[in-house]
Amino acid sequence: MPEWITKPWPWYVAGPLIGLTVPLLLLIGNRTFGISSSLRHVCAACLPAKIPFFNYDWKKEIWNLFFVAGVLLGGILAANFLMDSTPMVVNPKLVSEMATYGIDNYNGLVPSQVFNWPALLTTRGFILMVVGGFLVGFGTRYAGGCTSGHSIMGLSNLQWPSLVATCCFMAGGFIMANLILPFILKM
Amino acid sequence: MQKPINTDFEIRSENAMCVNQSELSSPLSSNIKYLLAGILFGIVLIKAEVIAWFRIQEMFRLQSFHMYGVIGSAVVVGAISVFLIKRLGLKTIDGETIRLEEKKFSKGQIYGGLLFGFGWAMTGACPGPLFAQIGSGALVVIVTLLSAIAGTWVYGSIKENLPH
Repeated sequence: MPEWITKPWPWYVAGPLIGLTVPLLLLIGNRTFGISSSLRHVCAACLPAKIPFFNYDWKKEIWNLFFVAGVLLGGILAANFLMDSTPMVVNPKLVSEMATYGIDNYNGLVPSQVFNWPALLTTRGFILMVVGGFLVGFGTRYAGGCTSGHSIMGLSNLQWPSLVATCCFMAGGFIMANLILPFILKM
Repeated sequence: MQKPINTDFEIRSENAMCVNQSELSSPLSSNIKYLLAGILFGIVLIKAEVIAWFRIQEMFRLQSFHMYGVIGSAVVVGAISVFLIKRLGLKTIDGETIRLEEKKFSKGQIYGGLLFGFGWAMTGACPGPLFAQIGSGALVVIVTLLSAIAGTWVYGSIKENLPH
């Protein structure tokens, strides 16, 4: 495999490719790009429980579930066939901060020292994986979309509510990463 | 419970994202193209390290331009594409007129946006990357995904009591 494929792709290659997902989905089927709705469709399909928010014909939206199944498959393909095994290169400031939490392994895109099965039973792991996941699902639906639906699709269509949402995503991330996460990671 | 079509669309469209704009009925096999689009998208997410927890930490500490470059250039390319589609009146490959929905403002974009921002910094993932992280072999992220589905479900069950 040529090196330009196996090395991490620079932002000016990856960003435009992600942006092209918007016209791709519009042109192949009139679908607006967005991923968090797939979580809602799963709720509607598996456990609608007479909640009006989940009582709709989710089968009409099944394209969205095919799309996320593809994202999963793409992850398998890229991780197994399109990657070299060199550790990630990250900012030295982050390296020294992470060292204070005992995190020093930069192999893999998901740090195994933080995200692993036994860690689920620790306070730190439970908060990061279970509480963090809950906030992703709750927050995106409350906001009516996620990074794809609001930040990419919504901003591409010049929707100001999507700009509000994107600013709040970033504000929440800054607050968590700088003010709260250090305490969680020390647990 | 079968709802009248209009009501059904209302419920679907209040969720501003991912509304199926197509009126055409489509057999299941016609969805393979979305699977392929998803595969391409998943590969880009992995190769650009957009799903990497450390890249997300760098972004929220202003320690790297990478994620800003990715999102910024994606929006520029997306916006030019949407402009051209509207300007040229392009149709889908099935000949349908392309329709884009206006997004309505609600306070949810503020409260929900902040809560999602917290979760993004904790998990290093938005919903799309969750799927790609699992595909990359981090199987424990299945728990995070199930928890995100639970979060969506809880939102749906209490949304009437939340400020919007």
